[in-house]
Amino acid sequence: MIPSDSVVMTSVDEVLSWGRRNSLWPLTFGLACCAIEMMATGASDYDLERFGCGVFRATPRQADLMIVAGTVTLKMASRIRTLYEQMPEPKWVISMGSCSNKGGPYWHEGYHVLKGVDRVVPVDVYVPGCPPRPETLLEAVMMLQKKIRVQESSMGLLGSLRKQV
Amino acid sequence: MTFEEIHQKLLAKFPQAVQGIEETVPEKSLKIHPEHIVSVIRFMKDEMQFETLGDLCGLDYPALSASCVAYHMQSYAHKKVVRLKCYLPREGAAIESVTSLFKAANWLEREAFDMFGIRFNGHPELRRILCPEDWVGHPLRKDYQTPDYYNGMPVPLYFDNPNESTAGNAHK
Repeated sequence: MIPSDSVVMTSVDEVLSWGRRNSLWPLTFGLACCAIEMMATGASDYDLERFGCGVFRATPRQADLMIVAGTVTLKMASRIRTLYEQMPEPKWVISMGSCSNKGGPYWHEGYHVLKGVDRVVPVDVYVPGCPPRPETLLEAVMMLQKKIRVQESSMGLLGSLRKQV
Repeated sequence: MTFEEIHQKLLAKFPQAVQGIEETVPEKSLKIHPEHIVSVIRFMKDEMQFETLGDLCGLDYPALSASCVAYHMQSYAHKKVVRLKCYLPREGAAIESVTSLFKAANWLEREAFDMFGIRFNGHPELRRILCPEDWVGHPLRKDYQTPDYYNGMPVPLYFDNPNESTAGNAHK
């Protein structure tokens, strides 16, 4: 516990990074059954909001995390790219479930499935599972928070504003 | 009402339309001449209490060089489902639409068109329902080849390194 009359010394980068990683606002965005697990993660049992990540935004303009939860069809892929481009920088992507990681059960015969969402958008954290349990998604969020901390403190203020794609 | 009674009733009414019985599982199917399908279905709907079109789907038989449309006629009164099958030539398959009788047929016929390329004459809006508008080919046909690219996106898993391909010739 820090006494109320004390002074904390830190860097601007550290404060910005702290704010960012603890207020990740995901885009309301579900493609298939993984989205059910994502909703369960956001609901009271697992409560994504404990990690500052529960404010699902209804527009990409206000979101900075895209959780790709479900099968990415070729028809959907260009829409996902559009949504990603509409999100303001800095932005991060979690690929949730086997389908969006690498095509999932459609990796072989799926003529209509994009074999991995990383073919259209850059992915920061991959979550394995079919579908992943809520704990797994929570771990992915924490891993992303750790990644943002390391990334931003090493890149500096200007660097972090222009996240490498 | 048993399957045999339905068969006899339809045969008496449409002797030239009912082409016979096909042994399918779990129940037999009736083969109907494609030209008469609308009148047969109208008769079953209006006179025989088969008031629901449970399903309508396409099938592909390359060995017979035939496409097929299967109609699942359901009756709550008789607690019965009867499958009607219409065989069409595989290339340029076309059949009269039943959307005038069942609104449910609208999307089902669009799906059969999308997946098998069967055209339904008289359909109010016959366009693809699942695949994108600019998709090439009809994916559930047996000789369908998976495209290498769609709108610049590679489709197969191991396209860039064909030596690692486990996906078969269609993907190379």
